[in-house]
Amino acid sequence: MTEIETSQELLVRMEGLKFSHGNRVILDGINIDIPKGKVTTIMGPSGTGKTTVLRLITGQLTPSAGCVMVEGQEVAGLNRSALYALRKKMGMMFQSGALFSDLSVFENVAFPIREHTDLPESMIRDLVLIKLEAVGLRGAKSLLPAELSGGMARRVALARAVALDPMMVMYDEPFTGQDPITVGVIMKLIRTLNDSLGLTSILVSHDVAEVSQISDYLYVMSGGKVVEKGSPEVLQNSDSPWVQQFLNGLPDGPARFHYPAIDLADEMLSE
Amino acid sequence: MAAMLSFFQQIGSKAFLSLARLGRAHIFLLRTFGALPSLWGEFRLVIAQLFSVGVATVQIIAISGLTVGMVLGLQGYTTLVDFGAEDSLGQMVALSLLRELGPVLTAILFAGRAGSALTAEIGLMKVTEQLPAMEIMAVDPFKRVIAPRFIAGFISMPLLAAMFSALGIIGGYIVGVGLVGVDDGAFWSQMQAKVDFYDDIMNGVIKSVVFGVVATWIAVYEGYEATPTTEGVAKATTRTVVHTAFAVLGLDFILTALMFGGL
Repeated sequence: MTEIETSQELLVRMEGLKFSHGNRVILDGINIDIPKGKVTTIMGPSGTGKTTVLRLITGQLTPSAGCVMVEGQEVAGLNRSALYALRKKMGMMFQSGALFSDLSVFENVAFPIREHTDLPESMIRDLVLIKLEAVGLRGAKSLLPAELSGGMARRVALARAVALDPMMVMYDEPFTGQDPITVGVIMKLIRTLNDSLGLTSILVSHDVAEVSQISDYLYVMSGGKVVEKGSPEVLQNSDSPWVQQFLNGLPDGPARFHYPAIDLADEMLSE
Repeated sequence: MAAMLSFFQQIGSKAFLSLARLGRAHIFLLRTFGALPSLWGEFRLVIAQLFSVGVATVQIIAISGLTVGMVLGLQGYTTLVDFGAEDSLGQMVALSLLRELGPVLTAILFAGRAGSALTAEIGLMKVTEQLPAMEIMAVDPFKRVIAPRFIAGFISMPLLAAMFSALGIIGGYIVGVGLVGVDDGAFWSQMQAKVDFYDDIMNGVIKSVVFGVVATWIAVYEGYEATPTTEGVAKATTRTVVHTAFAVLGLDFILTALMFGGL
């Protein structure tokens, strides 16, 4: 299976998407389809515009060209209230957790529920405890974010992301800087929550081994373009030297070890 | 010739960037005003900010007000006594504080204590992705973060300026009457006779309200616009204090000219 089957219903569709920051081209005409109910990962080395893709999906950025369609709506064309209505159906786990530092774990998870519903306090309490139980941190409900480890903060952020039972959850570098046990926990949570809650998950990551285990589809980006896509098996067998270098972590290849420079001998003799 | 052109080009570029920044700051202020009605029913957000913006600034305002009043009392006496007018010390201290020093110094101290803290707090919320997280949860940061802080600064500044002036007058009294021997009755009666409620007190209050809006606006704007890095927040915090000082001193001149004439 090299392509996402056309029969599958798509939740997000990006076509000819371009984004520039000043003169710097970050995305150079990418096409990405995110099928409903699946875990799709966008991979690539740092600085290739992976997080920018998430920001375009959430409408935090506006594309220079092309379009992002979510649930059939073009995100860039939505006014503020329509965009906020769409965002209520999205959850996002930031790399840092992005927990509100002045609120406890409980209040962080309760925050979106309090903001967007008029539920009674007893029901909010039950909902928050269920979400915290799902990520294994019910016992930490009274702690402040400063008292949590990096892994715990991401799990709380995940509980907060699914607090309103969204249709999709986005994960920005969920495994970066975590110990192996935490990585295992987060991997399990992403897959389990996706399947049990019927979510659509979009991951942005450069952790090849981890995402290969939990993803249904992978996109590999380089230099603002999609260079390969398909299931983890398809990518493992890809004959693209770039994909092989990335998947196997080779220090030199199409992505050069040396930053572009004039010849060393010429430089040594130039003074 | 080329160097001169480059020089003018740089000036033009800086002026253009400053103008663009000023435009963004005004759009920011309009968005803040637009978010104010949403605070109705969210009083606990405002009360929390009143504490961190207002109450936490009381100490520095109280100490500064008292010491400035004491210095005014001492310096005023040494000048007035040469003319045999030391009985007017109360009037001089009160008018100096109510018309000028109270609102101006309070605004500058407010920028140093509360304004810089507001900028750093909002800037760090940006660095730690709390503001983008709020946006993605469909919660407008202007309603949840900016508006409560803005209104807290707006309410706190006139109250702090009033406290500064009141304690300054007490400081002037302690030195003037208690130490250098100005007559107690003359100190207060001169003040009562010469300080006008509308011309002096209300004009001072108007100044402190204007400075409160400007100081808080600069603080929250700089925090919101800060580059989300450690260095970016540090620079934004410095800009808050420097820009507020310039804005307050410049506006003070304009307001003084409008209120008290003389131009």
